Amino acid sequence: MSEIVLETRNVTRDYSIGGGLFSKQKTVHALKGIDLKLEKGKTLAVVGESGCGKSTLARIITMIDAPTSGEVLIDGQPVDITAGPLSSEMRRKVQIVFQNPYGSLNPRQKIGDVLMEPLNIDGSVPVSERRERAMGMLEKIGLLPEHFNRYPHMFSGGQRQRIAIARALMLNPQLLVLDEPVSALDLSVQAQVLNLLADLQDEFSLTYVFISHDLSVVRYIADEVMVMYFGEAVEYGTRDEVFSNPQHNYTKTLFAATPRADVESIKKRLAAKVA
Amino acid sequence: MTKADTPLLEIENLTVEFDTASGNLKAVDGVSLSVHEREVLAIVGESGSGKSVSMLAVMGLLPWTARVTADALRFQGRDISNLTSSERRKLVGKDVAMIFQEPIASLNPCFTVGFQIDETLREHTKLNKRERRDRTIELFEAVGLPNPEDRLSAYPHQMSGGQCQRVMIAMAIACDPKLLIADEPTTALDVTIQKQILDLLVDLQAEKNMGMIMITHDMGVVAETADRVIVKYKGRKMEEADVLSLFENPQNSYTKALLSALPENATGDRLPTVTDLTFEQQANPEASA
Repeated sequence: MSEIVLETRNVTRDYSIGGGLFSKQKTVHALKGIDLKLEKGKTLAVVGESGCGKSTLARIITMIDAPTSGEVLIDGQPVDITAGPLSSEMRRKVQIVFQNPYGSLNPRQKIGDVLMEPLNIDGSVPVSERRERAMGMLEKIGLLPEHFNRYPHMFSGGQRQRIAIARALMLNPQLLVLDEPVSALDLSVQAQVLNLLADLQDEFSLTYVFISHDLSVVRYIADEVMVMYFGEAVEYGTRDEVFSNPQHNYTKTLFAATPRADVESIKKRLAAKVA
Repeated sequence: MTKADTPLLEIENLTVEFDTASGNLKAVDGVSLSVHEREVLAIVGESGSGKSVSMLAVMGLLPWTARVTADALRFQGRDISNLTSSERRKLVGKDVAMIFQEPIASLNPCFTVGFQIDETLREHTKLNKRERRDRTIELFEAVGLPNPEDRLSAYPHQMSGGQCQRVMIAMAIACDPKLLIADEPTTALDVTIQKQILDLLVDLQAEKNMGMIMITHDMGVVAETADRVIVKYKGRKMEEADVLSLFENPQNSYTKALLSALPENATGDRLPTVTDLTFEQQANPEASA
């Protein structure tokens, strides 16, 4: 497989803040030239601390925000949202799942309506088929048909995140941007959602951009890893390259800071404590 | 490890119940635990397992709707289950201090952080204004805040999450507590900051000979800090063991499932999961234990 689904060329994004009556306008460089290429069916993990530009990158890839300079190519086609409305075909290709499943579902919308809304907006699926499609998706994510008419508050965090994933998949996208999809979830539920993502990737040959700060999750799920630090990609390579031989100091700090839960490191820590 | 004869905190058969619209909810169900001086006890469990509620019950911070019953609730051998509120105020914040999960939300946005620490010192110590100021600066230094003197007049929103958490820790250790309860102290923070905060807590704990209860859902945090671990699930204690034997040889099936769900322990291309325990499938943990 060598089909490139996503490519960015020297993407930058500046935000200007302030500029009111009393303060001078300041420019924040949220992204400072990001280049990446992602093949179909692969997972790119973007790692970094809060404020490093991970989510800005996600917004640009999802075509919510326009880059200040640089080019974004989705499925080989250049995208420019400032030039005018995009075709619904283009919009269909990329979908996003947000971090907090408690905030990203409308509490007054039934699950069935949540799932059918993308179809209603897109309009390419006939009205008569929409309900069926939503039911099918519900099953795929491991929920039951009777959940169709329930409200989000009746579900646990893990189930809600699965619903959010299902909503993103309703239009058969090629690229799914996952912005910290499991960091709000408990360990036991996290495993289920990660498994679901892996199953879906196999079934639909989806491409993932997986944003996370949890290195153990990244190590498990990613094919390629990009480490971001203050708007720059300080490290970009395959998972094994990055994990076995980190080049940048920040990556090393990040690895050193990740808590280790294996027996050897516990023994080492306890020995150090006695001494 | 030296263990004093009387444990710092002793809880026997603690139960906390809430009346909800759908009937009686036992958030904590017959939990016993004890912490000694110089010991780090980790309580680990997922959300809703009653780990925070049990500690809030000890601190007397639960709303009046909660029904707390316990066979014994002792701090340094003294019964604390029926304290009047003024007696409790003398204890809480001085001998027992707590650090909460959301550092930015648990500080008062209307007052400077210097003022908020000063408040604790004013309540619990006999220091005069000058001494309190010096003590606050000393505390800021201890928790590693840069430019401690300038920080006195900073408001919470002017600081990052990690800095706010340091202020919270400074406030908690202001009166040299004997027991520090840390409720998910690093959950809202980045890994690099998490490392700093955990190191800080463990150093302070060793330096001041405090007992510490670390409430967390992160097995990594447990592995990095704890001496002894209690695993909780649905309000009940599943397993209690020292940290090494818990990771090396977990006894309880829930603990085993939890450990195997860690992504770093993954062997195949799918993770083993803990059975989906939702409101519909009321699984009985003992049946599988």
